[in-house]
Amino acid sequence: MNYLNNKELKDVKVISKSEYPSKSVPKAKITKDLSSLIKELGLNDGAVLSFHHHLRNGDKVLNLVMKEVQKAGIKGITLVASSLFPAHEELIPLLEDGTIENIVTSYISGGLGKAISHGKLKGHIIMQSHGGRARSILNEEIKIDAAFIASPSADKMGNISGVNGINSCGTLGYAIADGLKAKKVIAVTDSLLEYPNYPADITEDYVDHVLMVESIGLKEGIVSGTTKVTKDPIGLKIAKDTLKVMEATGLLKDGISFQSGAGGISLAVTSYLRDYMIENNIKGSFASGGITGYLTDMLEEGLFTSLFDVQCFDLKAIESLKKNPNHLRMSGSLYGNPEVSSVVDNLDIVILGATEIDTDFNVNVTTGSDGVLMGGSGGHQDTAAGSKVSIIVSKLFSSRIPFIKDRVDVITTPGSTIDILVTERGICVNPLRQDLIEKFNEANLKIVDIKELKEYAEKIMGEPKTIEKGERIIGLSEYRDGSIIDYIYEVKE
Amino acid sequence: MIQMNYRTLLFIPGNNPGMLQNSDILGADGLIIDLEDAVALTEKDAARTLVREYLTTFDTTTDVFIRINPLDSPYFYEDLEAIKDLDIKGIVLPKAGIEPMEKLDEYLNENNLEFDIIALVETALGLELALDIVQRSKRVIGIFLGAEDLTLDLGAKRTKESKEIQYARSRIIAASKALGIQAIDTPFTDTDDIEGLKIDTQNAKNLGMTGKTVISPRHVDEVNTLFSPSKADIEYALRVVEGVKVANEKGLGAFSIEGKMIDKPIILRALNTLKLSGQYKEEYDELLK
Amino acid sequence: MGGKVEIKKMATAGTVESNDILIMISKGEGNIEIELESVVEQQYGEEIKKVIHDTLVEEGVSSAKVIAKDKGALDFTIKARVRTCIKRGSGDTNEL
Repeated sequence: MNYLNNKELKDVKVISKSEYPSKSVPKAKITKDLSSLIKELGLNDGAVLSFHHHLRNGDKVLNLVMKEVQKAGIKGITLVASSLFPAHEELIPLLEDGTIENIVTSYISGGLGKAISHGKLKGHIIMQSHGGRARSILNEEIKIDAAFIASPSADKMGNISGVNGINSCGTLGYAIADGLKAKKVIAVTDSLLEYPNYPADITEDYVDHVLMVESIGLKEGIVSGTTKVTKDPIGLKIAKDTLKVMEATGLLKDGISFQSGAGGISLAVTSYLRDYMIENNIKGSFASGGITGYLTDMLEEGLFTSLFDVQCFDLKAIESLKKNPNHLRMSGSLYGNPEVSSVVDNLDIVILGATEIDTDFNVNVTTGSDGVLMGGSGGHQDTAAGSKVSIIVSKLFSSRIPFIKDRVDVITTPGSTIDILVTERGICVNPLRQDLIEKFNEANLKIVDIKELKEYAEKIMGEPKTIEKGERIIGLSEYRDGSIIDYIYEVKE
Repeated sequence: MIQMNYRTLLFIPGNNPGMLQNSDILGADGLIIDLEDAVALTEKDAARTLVREYLTTFDTTTDVFIRINPLDSPYFYEDLEAIKDLDIKGIVLPKAGIEPMEKLDEYLNENNLEFDIIALVETALGLELALDIVQRSKRVIGIFLGAEDLTLDLGAKRTKESKEIQYARSRIIAASKALGIQAIDTPFTDTDDIEGLKIDTQNAKNLGMTGKTVISPRHVDEVNTLFSPSKADIEYALRVVEGVKVANEKGLGAFSIEGKMIDKPIILRALNTLKLSGQYKEEYDELLK
Repeated sequence: MGGKVEIKKMATAGTVESNDILIMISKGEGNIEIELESVVEQQYGEEIKKVIHDTLVEEGVSSAKVIAKDKGALDFTIKARVRTCIKRGSGDTNEL
């Protein structure tokens, strides 16, 4: 007879009284000494270290830890940071001296991105989507040696909560996969609370160490006090036209699920949607993504039954997450992991921005008009792929920066998943969506061919010269499923 | 071509390239490109040149008026010289008075220009003489009440409730209606107060204003909506044009609907109603021929 | 227009607001010299310089030094600012 299919029962030995266990004692996890902790972790050259970006531009943890890694003389690190901000510019010397060799991220802005574009990173940068990141960690395509989790609050056993503590940031959705999969998980906190610290985003059973630091971040860089709808009339016009587009899709009805970013125009769309839903007595299903006070108001007004929150953008969102049981935490995987069932697959409409789009509807949000890294997919790829209708909102004319191109600099999101473009000078529908074109014709909504809109823009702005690129491939634009959809090239300084 | 009734006339600062290049997509029935108050004294020359370049480069799909500087400024004729060959609908004459109106009309006649004029009444004297002033030129298509300067001249306190301009509004409306031209209301200046804008616009409309100037693009939609014809208006207008069609076919000169004689002003108003409601058809162009 | 227009003094026109361009003109050394700083230098730098140059020539200026700070102005704005600057710099107006 087999015991759990691997041991013969005859081989099983029952322990004797002398071998009986003593009572267990709590594990000692707390330390204030980062340098000894790094030694204790036994990190070798080429280690893979991960960080999350819920503290956004207010984050101090990433710089703090990486500088200590540099001091320890560890080289060739692969930095797996869910996003990188201007505050992380301090890491440029670590690229130069080889401490950091490769970077895997979903968004990068500021000086660090510039330095990488100018060839300072010795290895490569892999740009993933939020869902793609969770996928690659959970399926162990990326094996994290140590995850340093910036924790607004933790207790001595490592129960991490994002809503407590002086630097509260709300949900910790992007850190969940790291917490589950990293070989070692370190809660880095400046707010040690009584046990048990709850509600915990990551519980103590996944946490190996609790590192106490003076400060994990700067509050004003973490969340904005309030997020405001744009006052720019062109942005508002685009938002208004977007609502007309949404109406024409036939999806603006009871049960609608919706996502939009926190950018000016996207937020304005949300605001117009609210008015529309109230006026027409529409009760939606859920809203998802990064959450702002606008959405929590709509939740409280009963316009949505629930919110799936992967990132709180403002103080109101954090407050709501604390008190409203219908305001749900969402991990990066639940958000958009293509290998499992995820929320994006149930989205009706997503409103997205773009740096540039091409006549095949491919979108670039990774590099700027000068070819320099200044963004990344975030949830762009995931929501565009999952939603029934994905809508890009953008100005056609914004300080003469060409928006529609023959080919975008870097493909972040493939045109096959982008359905509609709304600009102040016209609405374009992807020819792949004949169903939408028919609906818009029925609704008397005027649409223009994206090629015509491009020609119109060039008539006024002139044809842009292509940016001079280096020969070297500095990185890859990875699709959410792990396939590569584009190269990222060095840009001459 | 029938005279368009402007529900909204949106001010665009003349020296602001960003606003100029987007002015035609903001939804206003007409635009007033401003060379006067929105332009600093040291930038009058720059604004004139910029407006010229803009209007000679772009085909605007919206009717454009230009507010020139007043006759008692050094810029009146310089402005006129700079804009005389532009493809615009007309001129907004600030500080409208007998002399400014006569001088403007004279200039336009001498230069064979077909510009319309909107008289901006913003002084006590201008208000009292409004009917006389606008009769000094056949080009005047509307009187526009400028309440900010007027209340200053009157020594009245300008308030959101606007009781202090009720007389001025009514007087402008009476003068306009007496001549069959448009009565255009003063702008609502608090750009963030949309509820206040609605109340103010409704008040103006109730008194008889036919449209309103706006200084913020964010005010355009609300004002357009409030000045748009009601369902009953549209239905009546449709009956009028049907009546005209039938009368034309039968070769009748005059006809009546519901016992009321339908004359040219009523037909014009019906056509305008249909234009405003988006129900105008090209075939209606033929109705008045 | 046409003829010969001489830049007699330093003059500026335009602003550094978005969609505008700031033009500074001064006496040249017998030729046209243009120094440009632009948010869209890579894509449109050459074209913007050409518009500035052509406008100067069109207005009859053959000797000038121009420094331009561009914030994404369209051609109509560039032309207008250059024209205003020439007028101011050649003493045709007393604005500055």
